[in-house]
Amino acid sequence: MTNKVKFSIYRFNPEKDSKPYYQDYEIEVGEHDKKLLNALVKLKDDADDSVSFRRSCREGVCGSDAMNINGRNGLACLTDIADLKQPIVLSPIPGLPVIRDLIVDMTQFFHQYHSIKPYVIDERPMPERERYQSQEDRKELDGVIECILCACCSTACPSFWWNPDKFLGPAALLHAYRFLADSRDQATNERLNDLNDPYRLFRCHSIMNCVDVCPKKLNPTKAIGKIKEMMLARTV
Amino acid sequence: MSLPILKFDAVVVGGGGAGLRAALQLSEAGLKTVVLSKVFPTRSHTAAAQGGISASFGNSEEDNWHWHMYDTVKGADWLGDQDSIEFMCKQATDAVSELEHYGMPFDRLENGKIYQRPFGGHMADFGKKPVRRACAVADRTGHAMLHALYQRNVKAQTHFFVEWMALDLIRDAAGDVVGVTALEMETGQVYIIHAKAVLFATGGSGRIYQASTNAFINTGDGVGMALRAGLPVEDIEFWQFHPTGLYGAGVLITEGVRGEGGYLLNADGERFMERYAPTAKDLASRDVVSRAMQVEINEGRGCGANKDHVLLKLDHLGAEVIDQRLPGIREISIQFLGIDPVKQPIPVVPTCHYMMGGIPTNYRGEVLDGVDEKVVKGFYAAGECACASVHGANRLGTNSLLDLVVFGKSAGNSVIEFIQTLDEIKPLPANAGEFTLARLAKLDSAPATGVKIAEVRNAMQVCMQQHASVFRTQDVLDDGVEKILDIYNQAQTLYINDKSKVFNTARVEALEFLNTLEVAVATMIAARERKESRGAHARVDYPDRNDEVWMKHSLYYSDDRRLEYKDVHTKPLSVDYIPPAKRVY
Repeated sequence: MTNKVKFSIYRFNPEKDSKPYYQDYEIEVGEHDKKLLNALVKLKDDADDSVSFRRSCREGVCGSDAMNINGRNGLACLTDIADLKQPIVLSPIPGLPVIRDLIVDMTQFFHQYHSIKPYVIDERPMPERERYQSQEDRKELDGVIECILCACCSTACPSFWWNPDKFLGPAALLHAYRFLADSRDQATNERLNDLNDPYRLFRCHSIMNCVDVCPKKLNPTKAIGKIKEMMLARTV
Repeated sequence: MSLPILKFDAVVVGGGGAGLRAALQLSEAGLKTVVLSKVFPTRSHTAAAQGGISASFGNSEEDNWHWHMYDTVKGADWLGDQDSIEFMCKQATDAVSELEHYGMPFDRLENGKIYQRPFGGHMADFGKKPVRRACAVADRTGHAMLHALYQRNVKAQTHFFVEWMALDLIRDAAGDVVGVTALEMETGQVYIIHAKAVLFATGGSGRIYQASTNAFINTGDGVGMALRAGLPVEDIEFWQFHPTGLYGAGVLITEGVRGEGGYLLNADGERFMERYAPTAKDLASRDVVSRAMQVEINEGRGCGANKDHVLLKLDHLGAEVIDQRLPGIREISIQFLGIDPVKQPIPVVPTCHYMMGGIPTNYRGEVLDGVDEKVVKGFYAAGECACASVHGANRLGTNSLLDLVVFGKSAGNSVIEFIQTLDEIKPLPANAGEFTLARLAKLDSAPATGVKIAEVRNAMQVCMQQHASVFRTQDVLDDGVEKILDIYNQAQTLYINDKSKVFNTARVEALEFLNTLEVAVATMIAARERKESRGAHARVDYPDRNDEVWMKHSLYYSDDRRLEYKDVHTKPLSVDYIPPAKRVY
């Protein structure tokens, strides 16, 4: 049994195109090809090998195949074809420079992630074995460590679109909270000082697109709220 | 045409667990290092590891590294090198503690120590009863480890070339490795990376099979490059079929499910592992469980309309345990099959998962050539692409993540020592890069009548699945060799339509496939020759292990497709040799 899938895909190859355009395709997929990524791979294999996108794990853990699917950011490998209106309109995740087709330049996104010092800071001498951490303290990290850095959230955020160089964006802020929340981290004050800026943190206007699109069902808005609470608690 | 040249002290190829751990060692030592990665490092396949990383902390009950070593030797069906195995098991607690210090968010016990769960083949007191040795971050241990290692590298200011694919090794007239050629995907530019040392951490090649837990990027690039450079691949006939790949989708369902108390059922509702492994039951080694499942299916006790899978039951664990310890596989099962394991069992089938073989190395991560194990100067390997050999004929669950950090670090240290002995960088050979350019030119000039990647890739995957699967026989392997060589010949006219430079993923896929195909050919030929059953290599026509003739490593060379055999290392570093015994779980 096969099913027809119709696509309209954003195409741009800087070597030959002066501007982007949408190209239509129609392909047949097998009954086991349930996910959008299956169909895209089939399209590339059989119809047009020049269609360009990133992919790797095909199970939602590597974060490679974020794209804008019928106007909404998501991972192709976790999106059911059956749930999508056709033709399926595929565009790059918005707000970042396009390298080619669905492949964007993520430099800005990772720059913001790196800028929050995404590592546990604890300069004390380490014990021979593991540091101890209570189950309650560890629980604080659930719902943040699952982030796969796919950028669905940050590139769905209007505040990030306007100020990608100054506003950290929901993904980097989620990670900022991840290290603030880690009982092993010793740099809470420095981290809060760094975030206390009209742009880095406070450009978040709780629009909550990030929560809406996160393929891992995480909640950056809640994490941002917790950072603001920590800041407030520090001043009183 | 000459290629631009970039110079480094060390180049690490691969940004997964082993590459990142090695890079950390090199960056912290102040060497001018670059990590080439085909994908942004956190997209590497280490992220997909689920169940845990082994270390005999004994946080829940008595354990020690001697027991871990025994389990690993036995799990490897006595094909592992016991010096390497001792090295790894002894260092495990230090290696995992280090990950904790890097910020890896391990689950915790009530007393604050790292949470440990039972796993396949992990036993106390030299095989007597299951022990909790797998240190876990729910069922997302690999993801947590990969991110922690990347984060530590951010701190160490490691230099990355992201979305660069290494294409070929560069060896000089003496055979020493002096660099690699590499493709910068964004521009399509090919470079020569001239380095004092090259460290491969390129991962596995599970994509040679049709049903695989592996990511698209697991294409055996390191093994392909080593073979093309005249170096051997060791024990490549040994492939692990994970018992619990998700039926139809191939996605991994962790052994941690059985560690937490889940078990397998056949169509009669029987917990059949009790018949095959009376002590360890569902927690026997993976090769044992996969074979048992295949027998159940072959004998008509498979489940479903086609009787072609078995069921993994875990609903009795309750929603709370599943959500706390196994949230990821619940998500996967719902996502890909629409089955919620809190209510229903998960359909599973043995699925290609791990390459036990690889580029031959010692426990220091130095690459070895030939039966006499000559060190290849300037060349190092660690992780799944390497064969140290700790996994022998069958890897224990959670030893893979341990392998990455222990041997990533060890290989990094060996590079540092080697570079200290060098006065200056060895010069590039005059023809450096020509081989790569010829390969690229061949691909770009193939006639439009040539074969498409998808056709030959599919043919290869079907061939491997049918001829080199869980059970193997001489006739089927002989046919398999004939077919895979035919596919190899067809692939000589591999044709891509897209000839552009900027981020040409068609070209990347073609280059990846040519590596994968080298691995597939090597596998089939090495499997055809090994006339015994050992670990994951199960021969119906030779059902027993034959230590007298076959307790030896295979070395396959691609130039004349020959096999050589070298001795298994029987001298551990400090403890007594563990002599072969019957393998019962």
